[in-house]
Amino acid sequence: MHPTSHDFKDNARRALDDVHLQTVMGVFRGGFVDKRKRAMERLPEFDQLRDQARDLKNHILENLDHYLERFEAKVVENGGQVHWCRTPAEARETVLELCRAADAKTVSKGKSMVAEEIGLNDYLEEHGVVPIETDLGEYIIQLRREPPSHIIVPAIHLTKGDVADTFREHHTDLKPDRNLGEARDLVNEARAVLRQKFIAADVGITGANFLIAETGSTVIVTNEGNGDLTQCLPRVHIVVTGLEKVVPTLEDASTLIRLLARSATGQEMSCYTTFSTGPRRAGDLDGPEQFHVVLVDNGRTSLLGTEFHEVLRCIRCGACMNHCPVYNAIGGHAYGWVYPGPIGSVLDPALIGLAEAHHLPNASTFCGRCEAVCPVHIPLPNMMRQWRFRESEQKLSPPALRYGLGFWGFFATKPALYHFGTGIAMTVLGLLGRAKGRFRSLPGAKGWTDTRDMPAPEGGTFQQRWAQRQRKAG
Amino acid sequence: MAEISHSLASRSAKARAGIFGDIRAALKPMRTEGAAATVVDDRIARHPRNLVPARANLPQPEQVALFIAKATEVMTSVERVASASDVPKAIADYLKGKNLAPELRLAPDPRLSAIPWDRQPTLALTSGHARDRDATSVTGAVAGIAETGTLMMMSGPGAPITLNFMPDNHIVIMDPSRIVGSYEDGWDVARTRDGGAMPRAVNFITGPSRTADIEQQLQLGAHGPRNLHIILVDQLDRGDQGPSESDGSSA
Ligand code: SF4
Repeated sequence: MHPTSHDFKDNARRALDDVHLQTVMGVFRGGFVDKRKRAMERLPEFDQLRDQARDLKNHILENLDHYLERFEAKVVENGGQVHWCRTPAEARETVLELCRAADAKTVSKGKSMVAEEIGLNDYLEEHGVVPIETDLGEYIIQLRREPPSHIIVPAIHLTKGDVADTFREHHTDLKPDRNLGEARDLVNEARAVLRQKFIAADVGITGANFLIAETGSTVIVTNEGNGDLTQCLPRVHIVVTGLEKVVPTLEDASTLIRLLARSATGQEMSCYTTFSTGPRRAGDLDGPEQFHVVLVDNGRTSLLGTEFHEVLRCIRCGACMNHCPVYNAIGGHAYGWVYPGPIGSVLDPALIGLAEAHHLPNASTFCGRCEAVCPVHIPLPNMMRQWRFRESEQKLSPPALRYGLGFWGFFATKPALYHFGTGIAMTVLGLLGRAKGRFRSLPGAKGWTDTRDMPAPEGGTFQQRWAQRQRKAG
Repeated sequence: MAEISHSLASRSAKARAGIFGDIRAALKPMRTEGAAATVVDDRIARHPRNLVPARANLPQPEQVALFIAKATEVMTSVERVASASDVPKAIADYLKGKNLAPELRLAPDPRLSAIPWDRQPTLALTSGHARDRDATSVTGAVAGIAETGTLMMMSGPGAPITLNFMPDNHIVIMDPSRIVGSYEDGWDVARTRDGGAMPRAVNFITGPSRTADIEQQLQLGAHGPRNLHIILVDQLDRGDQGPSESDGSSA
């Protein structure tokens, strides 16, 4: 997908003014937050499991090469193939070539954020292979040619009226006056249309939530069952995923599974958790004849051992965006790339470059809720701080901000000078603003006074007044 | 296996070398080389359990009760009958209650064909993998997992997995002695079957298919079954190699 993250400020402003978006975000707000809280309360061991999950993921990352080797060996042993790809271009070409080798005309697709990341759909389409998204939300936005606005519920920015309009526009062989008033009608229509696509597809492409080194299995977690139809009906199953998804054993996957749905949607368990291991076996009546795993790096290994190492623990549950006040205010599209919300603010600069995405780490109030709810304890705010630091270093932030901060930094590291300077400033401002108690405009603070008044200080800094009070009290 | 072009294979090999080179260079300062591979092999060989929630650690009869409660919570319906000979009537009644045609697509599983279906001559039976026109499937399950009311299915000649996903209605016949506490208990059962080989597909199924993609309103039957019905049949596994009694309580 083509990033528009560099336009974040305009995107965000438009999102805030967008009445339609604000209405749907109003419906979204709170839903997952309350459900997660309830699921957490019902599992007393939840926090202990989070600690274990963090330690497990750390262990995996420290031994990533070994676990990947074991995983690959097991896939091959079970009759599958692993394809390694460093870049999105390599991954796209690999998938296309696999589709061509299978003589594929249509491809059914389960939801895969990595497929979004590498821009797979457009590429396949340009090269004569028709991909059909089968997750209901993904299907809707594919028809509308929009990117996902959430990593778990990709069409969260739409109302049922929007979906009805989209279906009428695209399902032209159905009666134009049919009833599409309720969500039920829309789900039924999509089910019927997509069922035929599943059956016709030559290749099924899914993502993976986990890869299991012990068995060479890939794991998908879904509620709809589309991912399963995608992988058991077509002749070829291609799994496209990031290489950090590997876990050692079935037991380890079980631990993460206990956290995933609870953190994401507040369910105790998603409807379908499927472990796929190689192609169909002798005597099997169904299942694919070929099994391919396309492992995508796309900058992930370059984060190992850096200050962003820990973001590789992410299990893509979406809890951080559900709880983020910024995401809740502007929705996912404003972020301008595949991963929105706090995880996007940390991951996107790593994957598409800081020059493109440098606004995103600034899209935070540092309220800390993302880190507090993250099932694998990723210190997201701290990482955003690291990106801001790099942004300033690479001179990507506006010069006025950099000079301003540099100026402030000079004084802030010299307490005596700082107290002296701020003392004078407060006294002067206090005297100037004495009459009205506020300023309608102030030089250098236009950003503030354009939309509201600046209260005038009552004279003296906080530190001075505190010292005075202490003296009085003492 | 289809012919995969040489260029694809060599590109993958080159990328692989680059990826492993980068990983090893980045991790070098973080670990003692040599030790890592042993630790990894040991973890895979022993596959130790992490924390298993206390709720999964119950005596077997209570596990059955928890399984039923959790399954019901996610809108699976559950009933219990005394023996295999009660199954045909239970199914006929279930279909009638939902106004469904008395046609069943059965998994080719000897345990299912041993059921005395002729007691309900109105039921039309065929067996095999699922086809688009099959409205109702009947399958077994390898285990039930009490902690979340989850069914554990494993693919094989007697268990085509399309039966779990394509039909509108899925009926599962299972001996309640197969109900265990946790996912980990389920894996222990799996490791005792078939010499421990991982089947092509393992499905954990927790309730009928659903979506909340449209305005976060829950709708059942997105792509998979709208109805999931479990019939627990006491003594179904009697006389064969079902999981032993200790499977559940060993957790
Ligand atoms: S960063 Fe944490 S909370 Fe956010 S998606 Fe990843 S695992 Fe979930």
